[in-house]
Amino acid sequence: MTTQPPLVEMRNMNIAFGGNHAVNDVTVDLYPGEVVGLLGHNGAGKSTLIKMLSGAYQPDSGDILVNGEKVTIQNPRDARRHNIETIYQTLALADNLDAASNLFLGRELTTAAGFVDDDSMEAEARKIMARLNPNFKNFSSPVSSLSGGQRQSVAIARAVYFNAKILIMDEPTAALGPHETQMVADLIQQLKAEGLGIFLIDHDVHQVMELCDRAAVMKNGKLVGVVKISEVTDDDLLGMIILGKHPHTGEVMEG
Amino acid sequence: MRQLKSILATLEVDLRLIGMIAALAVIWGVFHAVTGGLYVTPRNIFNLSVQTASVAVMATGMVFVIVTRHIDLSVGALLGFIGMTMGMIQAKILPEFLGYGHPMIWVITVFAGLLMGAVFGAFQGWLIGYLTIPAFIVTLGGLLAWRGAAWWVTEGQTVAPLDETFKVLGGAGGTLGIFWSWVVGILASLAAVALVFQSRRRKVAHEFHVKPLWAEFALAGIYVGVICSFVAVLNAYEVPTRRIERMFEAKGEVMPEGLTMGYGLPISVLVLLAVTVVMTIVAQRTRLGRYIFATGGNPDAAELSGIDTKFLTVKVFAIMGGLVAIGAVIASARLGSAANDLGTLDELRVIAAAVIGGTALSGGVGTIYGAVLGALIMQSLQSGMAMVGVDAPLQSIVVGVVLVFAVWIDIVYRRRTGS
Repeated sequence: MTTQPPLVEMRNMNIAFGGNHAVNDVTVDLYPGEVVGLLGHNGAGKSTLIKMLSGAYQPDSGDILVNGEKVTIQNPRDARRHNIETIYQTLALADNLDAASNLFLGRELTTAAGFVDDDSMEAEARKIMARLNPNFKNFSSPVSSLSGGQRQSVAIARAVYFNAKILIMDEPTAALGPHETQMVADLIQQLKAEGLGIFLIDHDVHQVMELCDRAAVMKNGKLVGVVKISEVTDDDLLGMIILGKHPHTGEVMEG
Repeated sequence: MRQLKSILATLEVDLRLIGMIAALAVIWGVFHAVTGGLYVTPRNIFNLSVQTASVAVMATGMVFVIVTRHIDLSVGALLGFIGMTMGMIQAKILPEFLGYGHPMIWVITVFAGLLMGAVFGAFQGWLIGYLTIPAFIVTLGGLLAWRGAAWWVTEGQTVAPLDETFKVLGGAGGTLGIFWSWVVGILASLAAVALVFQSRRRKVAHEFHVKPLWAEFALAGIYVGVICSFVAVLNAYEVPTRRIERMFEAKGEVMPEGLTMGYGLPISVLVLLAVTVVMTIVAQRTRLGRYIFATGGNPDAAELSGIDTKFLTVKVFAIMGGLVAIGAVIASARLGSAANDLGTLDELRVIAAAVIGGTALSGGVGTIYGAVLGALIMQSLQSGMAMVGVDAPLQSIVVGVVLVFAVWIDIVYRRRTGS
């Protein structure tokens, strides 16, 4: 795995809001076919770190490399151009629009005359939904009237449809029931097998142990460490999250 | 009742639209009865449609503004300022260079008005989008500033008379006549029928669910019926014989015995219909429209989807400004003069029309045709009360109560249908 350049590398990322150093000199990377879990308490800086990759925030300093090349990501459009897709915790759906309009939001299919082609978009949406969630049938209602799992399917379909290479999932199962959580877990395995790299932000240590290859733990904006899941226990990860204690060196992070 | 519901469900028509048409029918019916049959007449329907045009044109733009969770309180004052400036351009400035009655005067005037509207609107949109000053404040400032500016154009003097060709754009002076009204009506009918069946063919090609064929025919029939009866009614409003006599006298001819002429479609109403069609296409069939509704539904999601919501705000207010200019053309042309109180309180009429038409102030929801119908409902109420002789203060009270009541009905409806 280490012979090829990482799919994406974030080096020495820094961002501060007012006096709050939300992300402090954090470096993480991600390889093809790998799932890296990002762990930490609320406010540890995981979501902020990842929003710099998805273009929602501008870093104060630090470099982002995609396939070994330095890139600038100034907005969500730039991120999408580098095949970086994000499934936000809030899902980022326009509740008043239907599934197809959300799936293609910002990237609408158009007719030869330049008009939005709703029928083609719905046809495409039906195809991808048949693959992701065959129970999904409601293509005409606004997504506000859909269940949590169905809304999640729309958000996932949006990320997957456009040939993502790098997928960011921010607590994708937080609002889901057991059945739907299993569906997301299966999907992660499937996408991994297809060679995507996935950043998975999560609170749930067990889920990270189950789904991820490596875990990066953050505390108070700093990186506690990055470990291979095969080399640590649940308790090791909890120690990193709660105490900031590195399982291999035994060092405890200050602050 | 259940049968009616299932027919409506098969036709897939908007229930809110049915509600508005029913409200309009009730208003018309009541006033028709109270006035002893004077209300639903070609003459009054002609007047109603002409009086509605200016506010309705602006209401279509207000839909976009409100859908993106903003508000524009400046439209009435901006209409006044643009109306005054266009008055000066056509009556004082251009005649000096081109001579009175030059055929290009109205073209240059309208173009200048549109440019001003779009630029001033864009400027307000920039303040709102980029400097993040709330739209309420920016346009409240605009309300005061533009009204003051309107006074300044002529130190408060009314500009009159306006250019003869320009005045055609406003009211009873500019109509298509019977023949051309029918041409427009038939073309519009053909377009409506073509749209219904083209949409069906696309859906069949994608193997989507389609309505039964009889429902498509019924819808197409309703569209054609509405268009043709509207044209027929306006054509039935006859030009007074004395007026025709004067027209012939002006040409140095004598009026043939027994000649009658129908007014037909007013140009201003034709402008309104064109604006309605274009704005509906923008709302439903362009990326711009899709982004306006997405931003209104969830601004954060829109931004994360790569939509430039700041620039979008500028565009929305520029469109609003352009439509204010069209409103100013219609309003000043109808009066034949430009006074600095032109458009006073129009901002409230325009907002009320959009809201009665189903535009939600919480954003993300609204239709263009709803706003136009909303404007027509408001105007029907007002001119109906004026005809009956209701005192002006009581008219205001009734309109205010109706506005609040309509929004309450809308809230109840939304809660019931869960949309």
